[in-house]
Amino acid sequence: MRANNFSWPKLQDHLKNFSFVLPAILIFCIFYIYPFFDIFRLSFHEWNGITPSMKYVGLQNLQELMKDEVWWQAMGHAAYITFIALTFQNVLAFALALACDREIRMKRFYRVVFFIPPVLSEVVVGLIWQWILYAGMQDGQHIGLLNYWLTQTGLPHLVHNWLSDPKTALTCIAIVHSWKGFGWGFIMLLAGLQTIDRQLYEAARVDGAGSWKLFTNVTIPMMVPVMLVVVILTVLGSMQVFVLVLSMVGQGLGYHTEVPVTRILSAMTGTNRFGYACAMGINFGVILIMVSVAFKWLSNRMKQA
Amino acid sequence: MRRVVILALCLFLSFGCAPKKEDLNTITIWHWMTDRQKAFEELAVLYEQQTGVKVKIDLYAPSDAYSQRIVASAQSRVLPDIYGILDKKEIFASFIQSGFVADLTEEFQKENGAWERMLFPKALDVNRFPEGNIYGVKAGIYGVPLDVTNIQMLYNKKLFQKAGIKEAPGTFQEFIEAGQALKRVGIAGLVSGFGEMWLIDCFASNYAFNIMGEEKVMATYRGEVPYTDPDWVKVFGVFKELREKGVLADGVVTKPNKYAEQDFALGRAAFAFNGSWGVNVYGDMNPGLEYGAMLPPPVNPNLPMRIWGGAGSSLVVNNSSPRKDKAIAFLKWLTQKKQQAFLARETRNLPSNREALASIPPILSEFAGVMDFTTHPTIWPYNENALVTEKLDKGIQSIIIGEKTPEEVAREVQQIKERELKKAKQ
Repeated sequence: MRANNFSWPKLQDHLKNFSFVLPAILIFCIFYIYPFFDIFRLSFHEWNGITPSMKYVGLQNLQELMKDEVWWQAMGHAAYITFIALTFQNVLAFALALACDREIRMKRFYRVVFFIPPVLSEVVVGLIWQWILYAGMQDGQHIGLLNYWLTQTGLPHLVHNWLSDPKTALTCIAIVHSWKGFGWGFIMLLAGLQTIDRQLYEAARVDGAGSWKLFTNVTIPMMVPVMLVVVILTVLGSMQVFVLVLSMVGQGLGYHTEVPVTRILSAMTGTNRFGYACAMGINFGVILIMVSVAFKWLSNRMKQA
Repeated sequence: MRRVVILALCLFLSFGCAPKKEDLNTITIWHWMTDRQKAFEELAVLYEQQTGVKVKIDLYAPSDAYSQRIVASAQSRVLPDIYGILDKKEIFASFIQSGFVADLTEEFQKENGAWERMLFPKALDVNRFPEGNIYGVKAGIYGVPLDVTNIQMLYNKKLFQKAGIKEAPGTFQEFIEAGQALKRVGIAGLVSGFGEMWLIDCFASNYAFNIMGEEKVMATYRGEVPYTDPDWVKVFGVFKELREKGVLADGVVTKPNKYAEQDFALGRAAFAFNGSWGVNVYGDMNPGLEYGAMLPPPVNPNLPMRIWGGAGSSLVVNNSSPRKDKAIAFLKWLTQKKQQAFLARETRNLPSNREALASIPPILSEFAGVMDFTTHPTIWPYNENALVTEKLDKGIQSIIIGEKTPEEVAREVQQIKERELKKAKQ
């Protein structure tokens, strides 16, 4: 029966269709699939990135990574930055999205203003904030904007070496990261808010719901899918932060500002351990996938509830 | 019509895939020296006028991005005719062993070694692999130094006057006293780019050589002397004292060198630990800056203070380039007295050609005067394991911020050293 279905014109038609997607498949295979498998292969080798030969070491890189305290410390730092982003950044984004969703004056202007930080280059943002948080003095006056303001507003006791103190450096980076990133969440949450049917609010009002009830019983449940997307993107973006770290604290303040990507970079270019860096990359990728799957599962549970 | 379009598309694609005809008369250089791009371009034009050979100068900055580009290009075998290797000697050796770098020994030795004699030996040493080197590279010279450099302590003369300091400190104790005097009048003492690990490493190794001598440092790298040795604790103690006595500028520990240079140029700090390239940077930022150069003040009067120096920027020739001879000829021309004097004048760097020294500004002469005190990891017989160096540099940062003691850092570095030694033995 199957043989009867075969016809040359049909096959030609299939091939023609396939030829249209072939360039995309090739690009995907060359630039995504091949590097992905090559990273796996390299993670089983010891290689300095230059010599043609590499030494097979099996799972040794991965075993060493499991015992690498600095790597897990860096993972903890990324988790801390993510925590600040999930709370401070997303709460701010949601609050501003709620404000702009209402009939307020100049709301278009605010939408543009709130979206400026995300479109700025991370290097530029990092350098600007480095200047704001600068700790040096000239002719008895603070040069860094924050310390200058603190002295001018009668709070000289709060003047600090913001980026050179382990107690504040990572938090500064996390706050700047949140400042830079809240615009994305703002735009997505605002778009989500605008898709909520206004009749739902009217019906709830008829039933006697106040502002708080409207927020908790209409807005929040309707926003759960959008919030989840924002949360997943925040987690993935924050865990992979590194440009900001490099531009704010250079090669780092001891190990206090290390994040996974700076460790991978340092293994690749600092100590020339390409195999180990690939093992780090795989470990990191697996963790991010696990976190994403966990959030997806959580979201499904919440939807069912 | 459709067939015609498809045929045209196929022809277009096949032409696109055809190998590009090699231009054998154009040599390509990849470099990272932003401040020298204009001067290089001018020299390239001059070279084309004189020889008919076109030189394409491509700038890829900053230097760490350049380094990554070179490694990636080596992996994909697309290195240019001339390029630089800004990495450890071990990596330089890997490039040579992989066939990416031409052996220039024969060229240097032609005409009774005329080219070799023309250049500072210290600058050539960085590109030289001696007989029986630990990397297993065939003995020879593999790179061409464009300039020489060294890293010293610089001091601002006007700020010295403000603090009542009569002359540059000659000992570490005098240096601490000068730093305290400056602090009393609200001037920051020492600034440097300690946010860049290599500068910490450089400063620490200067004092290691001064406190215990080269042989003991090398013995440590070989694993024969532990980092917990009192001399090493003393080296780490230098940073502790600098912190405790308030000699270091605020935020020095995360400061990139560009910012540190700015601080010194604008008179925000009285001392800077920086290289001779700083003369160019300071000249651009503050042409009126009055400053002098001095060796870092020694802790131990019985041993000399050795500073990092040698070849500032070196270029190598791609061994598989079809324009190899032309590339070598261009580098020979670039290191001639006239071209070197032009580069020294335009970029305020110390020339690698000894005969071109007459045309340098006075402050550069102060740098040139101490070339005999220079040393560099690339000419040491042994280099420390990169993981140990990272731990040492990060540990010193911890001392500077008051988080750890010299003894704690010494113990931690030694732990990593032992781990790496054990791994090497397996």
